[in-house]
Amino acid sequence: MNSRTLADRTLRGRVAVIGIGETDYYRHGGSPDPEFKLALKAILAACGDAGIDPRDIDSFSSYSDDRNEASRLAAALGTRRLRAATMQWGGGGGGSCAAVANAAASIVAGLADCVVVFRSLAQGQYGRFGQTTGIDTVSGEKAYLMPYGVLAPPQRFAVRVRRYMHEHGVKQEALRAIALASYHHAQSNPRAVMYGKPLDAAKYDASRWIAEPFHLYDCCMENDGAAALVLVPVERAKEFRSKAVYVLGAAVGSGYRTGAIPHNSPLYASASFDTVAPDLYGMAGLGPSDVGVVQCYENFTGGVAMALSEHGFFKPEEANQFLAFENLVAPFGRLPLNTSGGNLAECYIHGFELVLEAVRQVRGTSTNQVKRNDVAMVIGAPMVTPVSNLLLGSEATL
Amino acid sequence: MSEKTGLTYLPTGLPIPIAEADGLSAPYWEGLRQNRLLVQRCRHCDTWQFGPEWICHRCHAFDPQWTEVEPRGLIFSWERVWHPSHAALRQHGPYLAVLVEIPHAGGVRMVGNLLGDPVQIVSIGASVRGIFEHHSESAPPYSLLQWQTS
Repeated sequence: MNSRTLADRTLRGRVAVIGIGETDYYRHGGSPDPEFKLALKAILAACGDAGIDPRDIDSFSSYSDDRNEASRLAAALGTRRLRAATMQWGGGGGGSCAAVANAAASIVAGLADCVVVFRSLAQGQYGRFGQTTGIDTVSGEKAYLMPYGVLAPPQRFAVRVRRYMHEHGVKQEALRAIALASYHHAQSNPRAVMYGKPLDAAKYDASRWIAEPFHLYDCCMENDGAAALVLVPVERAKEFRSKAVYVLGAAVGSGYRTGAIPHNSPLYASASFDTVAPDLYGMAGLGPSDVGVVQCYENFTGGVAMALSEHGFFKPEEANQFLAFENLVAPFGRLPLNTSGGNLAECYIHGFELVLEAVRQVRGTSTNQVKRNDVAMVIGAPMVTPVSNLLLGSEATL
Repeated sequence: MSEKTGLTYLPTGLPIPIAEADGLSAPYWEGLRQNRLLVQRCRHCDTWQFGPEWICHRCHAFDPQWTEVEPRGLIFSWERVWHPSHAALRQHGPYLAVLVEIPHAGGVRMVGNLLGDPVQIVSIGASVRGIFEHHSESAPPYSLLQWQTS
C-alpha cells in the first residue's frame, strides 16, 4: 500500500458536526414521552440547531441496539431517501464514539451525505440497567456471574476496578474527585438532572456502598432522554447556521482477547483502551498534551481513572496526584473533565450527552466553558468491549 | 450473618444457570453437579481456556477437551455487594463475590462467592478452595462453585 493510499484512510478533517440537540433530561420513569418520540425530538432539535430540513437527513447511526431503528425514523420524518443505516455491535456505551466514527466513515466512503447520530434511552419504559428481576434462567457469560449475585453493571465492574486499585495503589479519594467534578459542573448546567443538587466530599463519604469500592456517587444515573447530532462532509461545513466542529480522529475496538468471559481478559485491570488510544492519537496526529478538555463516560468513576490513564494523561501510579478536584474542573483545571456533569450528574444517555458536550466546548458554548477548547476528547464506556473514542477540533486545528 | 448459615450462600430466586442452546458449556455445568470442576484444555497445544469456546484460541483446534481441575486457587480480586439488584436479595445484607485465579489451569479465572462472614477482610492473593453448592430442589437443578479461604 503506498503512502498516498494510507493518508487517504483517515477521518481527520473529512467531516463536520453541524448540529446538536437533546430532549429534556429526566430521571428514569420521568419522561412524559415514549422513547421513540424522544428520539424524534432530539433529531429535530439537532436539525433545528443546524438549520437543516430534517427531510434532508439520508442516514442514521447508533449503538447498543438502540430500539429506534433507522427505517422507522426515516418513515416518520419523511426522509426523502434512506442510505446508510449503521448499528455498532456491543452493549453498554462503548459505541458512543463508534457511532460517530461509523457515520463519518459512511460519509468519507460515499455511502452517506447527511447522517444523524443519536441515542434514545428511556430506562423507565424498558427496564432499569441497575435491576435484573424477572429473569428465570441465564446462559453464556451471565450464567457464570448472575447466580453469584454479580447481576448488574456495578457488581460486574467493581471487581475490575478493585484489581486496578490494588495493582497501582489508587485510593478512594481519586474516584471521589471524579464524582465531585461531575457534580460541580452540573450545578451550572440547567439541563442536568442533578442541577441544584450539589455533592461534597462529606456527602460522598457518607453515601451508601453499592458494591465496594463504589459508593452511590461513583455510579451513573438511570435516566430517560435522547441526544443527537448531524454530520456532513467537510466541504459543506459552512453552509449551516451553527459553528462547525470537525472530527480529528476516532478509534474503535479493544485489545487481545478483551472479550474473554467471564472476567478472563489477559489485561484485566484495564478500561480496554490499550490499543484504541494509540489508534486515536495516530489518526489525529495529536498527543495527550494537545487535548484541552475530556468527556469520559462514567459508568463508574473507577473506569474513568483507568481510561484517562490509558489515554496518556497520567501514569496509573500518578492517579492519586492527578485525580484531584482542582485539576478536573473548568475553566482552568489541568484537564477539565465531564464539563456538563456527564453520566453521573447531567443525564445518562449512554454517553451520547458527552459527545454533545465536546461539540459545545469546541464551539465555545458550554455552561462550563474551558479556555483551551481547540481540541476536545470523548471516551466511550471504559471496561466494556468494543470501546471507542473521538477527538473533535475547531477549524484552526485542521 | 445467620441467614447465610443455610445450605446456599445467597437466597434462592436468583437466575438459574443453564447451558446455551448449542450446548457449549453443558459439560461444565454437569461437572459441577458431580462435584467436578471441568475446564477446557486443548488436546493439541495444551492451552487452558475458560470460559469455554468451540475452538482453541491459540492453535485453532476445535472442541478443546474438558479436563478435571482441582478446585483451588488464589483471590485475584473481590467485591462486597450492598445494593440489591434483584428482588431475591432485598433485606439480605452484604455479600462477597471473588474472582479466583487457578494457577494450575493456566491462570484461568472464575467468579464465585467467598463463604463465611460477609464483612470479613478479604486479601488479594489469598489461597481459597472450592466448595460445590448444590441447588437440587431448583427446577432445573444446578450447582455452583463457591470458595472458602484455606
